[in-house]
Amino acid sequence: MAEIIELIVRFIVALVIALAVIHVSGLVFPFLLRRLWGFMGDRLGPNRVGPQGIFQPIADGIKLFTKEDITPARSNRWLFLLAPAIAFTTPMLVQVVIPFSESYTIADLNIGLLYLVAIGAFAVLGMLVGGWASNNKYSLVGGLRAAAQMISYEIPLLLTIIVVALLAGSLSLDSVVAAQEGVWFILVQPMSFLVFIIAGVAELNRTPFDLPEAESELVSGYMTEYSGMRFAFFYGLIEWGNVTVWALTASTLFLGGWRGPFISGPAWLVIKVCIFAFLIIWFFSTFPRLQVDQLMTFAWKILIPLSLVNLTVTAFFIVLMPDNYLWPIAIFSWVIMIAFVLLMPIVVKRLLLKKRLYTRLTDYGPWVISRTASMRSQYYRGNSKQTSD
Amino acid sequence: MTSDYAYSYLSVAVLGLADIAFVLAVLGVSRLVQRRHAYPEKLTPYECGIEPTGDSWSPFAVRYYIYALLFVIFDVEAVFLYPWAMVYRDLGMTGFIEMMIFIFVLLLGLFYAWGKDALEWT
Repeated sequence: MAEIIELIVRFIVALVIALAVIHVSGLVFPFLLRRLWGFMGDRLGPNRVGPQGIFQPIADGIKLFTKEDITPARSNRWLFLLAPAIAFTTPMLVQVVIPFSESYTIADLNIGLLYLVAIGAFAVLGMLVGGWASNNKYSLVGGLRAAAQMISYEIPLLLTIIVVALLAGSLSLDSVVAAQEGVWFILVQPMSFLVFIIAGVAELNRTPFDLPEAESELVSGYMTEYSGMRFAFFYGLIEWGNVTVWALTASTLFLGGWRGPFISGPAWLVIKVCIFAFLIIWFFSTFPRLQVDQLMTFAWKILIPLSLVNLTVTAFFIVLMPDNYLWPIAIFSWVIMIAFVLLMPIVVKRLLLKKRLYTRLTDYGPWVISRTASMRSQYYRGNSKQTSD
Repeated sequence: MTSDYAYSYLSVAVLGLADIAFVLAVLGVSRLVQRRHAYPEKLTPYECGIEPTGDSWSPFAVRYYIYALLFVIFDVEAVFLYPWAMVYRDLGMTGFIEMMIFIFVLLLGLFYAWGKDALEWT
């Protein structure tokens, strides 16, 4: 009997902490986004409600809570209602395996890394269901785009997580943190970290990968028809809850989790999460949006082969020198990362040139095929003029 | 207790059910608080203020399916890679070479799709 009561108390504590993490991030980060975005754009941002506008998120929350939530007339009523609940499982359930401190993990599953990937897929499901159930064309396109983008970037994400599993020799997140006692994996595998960041930002549908909710073409993507508290769930709690759990995962896999100099425990985790959130906000006010074809090309033709090479070489060095494999892996990974950062603009520019030529030719239709050669020379002349300027 | 197998998955199930219940409960309470005043124009799907034409539950572009198929292939690959990564140090060089053959076959598939322009978003 006493055991059952202890179990129930444990579950309640876990639930309260998990909900608190999501709600705090859902209240704080959108506000920080608007303020910092304002500062970066030389504006003020919301600053009227309370000192420096810090009560703005609470005011927004109360307003959205008391606002009418509309279910469109021809929508699929039940799926429309269920979509936020499905999407909400991702930020909640990821927290089950995250080690918050030396002693506090809700449940240290022995397949933790695989579990993370599996639960991450629920986010796609929620968006797809929400977009489809709305019976709105913008929502449908937004949901489909979200699905296509998220499954494409899931593969590089999977492959980098396998690299971490190889280095730690285990799939449990507690042992991943334990394996980073000497050196953080970001120093051993900077390439994996970079791919994890890029693919993670794409998974979160954040700028420059925010095509599923591209406000200039799709109104608000899959959440166009959502209003009131349902919108608050999608826009505030789920999106920013996902950002927080992604940051928690990234800090656990690459930045040593709750470990850190001077102070140890959840405080370091909070600092790391804030750094990642700031990164997202910074991207938000810096990068323009990608095109769909560029997005898919980048995932399938660049990130997937690159992360496969990275995985192969890591595995090779581990089997070649089982006692002292960290140094060769680190050297290789740093070299490939620097090469990636330096060569990326050149490769992308060439890909885009090819694409532009192709579109130009097809724009004119089949009757100008005979003039193709002259057009191509014209195109190259025009292009060389541009580059020489 | 934390390492207990049953407890681990029980906590996943409890949190999963609790969060669906939480979302539905919050939406229910919000429904009690809010003022509801719906009329037919408000309930039409949003289409930039124009009368919506046709049904949006219609066939859509096939390229989404192509990406989904490719994703399934690579996802299954990952499912095989995870257990391999677990026992990798015991397998040694044999395990490495076997997995390289597997990855090579998959890469052939990727390059085949690439050559067939399945990766082009046109």
